[in-house]
Amino acid sequence: MKLNVLLFASYADAFGKDRLEVTLPTGATVSDLVREVTSRSDGALLPPTPAVAVNHRHVRYDRVIAPGDEVAIIPPVAGG
Amino acid sequence: MRSAIVERPLDPAALLAEVASVANGASILFVGTVRDVNDGRAVTGIDYTAYLAMAERELADIVSEACDRFETAHVVVEHRLGTLSLGDASVAIAIAHPRRGPALDGARWVIEALKQRVPIWKREHYADGTRSWVDPSRPAAATRA
Repeated sequence: MKLNVLLFASYADAFGKDRLEVTLPTGATVSDLVREVTSRSDGALLPPTPAVAVNHRHVRYDRVIAPGDEVAIIPPVAGG
Repeated sequence: MRSAIVERPLDPAALLAEVASVANGASILFVGTVRDVNDGRAVTGIDYTAYLAMAERELADIVSEACDRFETAHVVVEHRLGTLSLGDASVAIAIAHPRRGPALDGARWVIEALKQRVPIWKREHYADGTRSWVDPSRPAAATRA
């Protein structure tokens, strides 16, 4: 399963891009995704357990990712 | 009730007019503006960016929850994106209620929920020419208003 994971703000700066192509096995969870992304050399700049949204909702790390899901890694928010 | 994320200057007075009604004895307008110092550094401006689809949905949820929680239909919120200068309004919240208590409490609740939940980020520009993303989860930011 191939995903284009969305990145924003400081996380996009860390990778030098605003989307990341990630390949995961069927049945992979958010936890698997985070492990894959943070194990990359650029991923060392991310915290070990960043917030993740699937289809515009915050999700827990045991959430199973389905093909076609919109997945985003969310830096600490700072609106207002 | 209404919420929007926009790239134009905000018009807080228009939001206040939008919630006004003869049934409401109290109207509150909160306006967040770009200030000139943060964590001891001289700030000259701020870039605001968002995960737009999620931010719009989350902000709409907050407004809906505020209407339920404070028993009013008169809540309007706008947040601006883009590059803002000192003094520019980044967020405006208008809420009206027959009584002052829920109106005051509701405005506070909405801005706190917005700051905790809506995926919007800001990058400050400093007087020395550098720029940095604001991370409220860092201890240095604990006293930030």
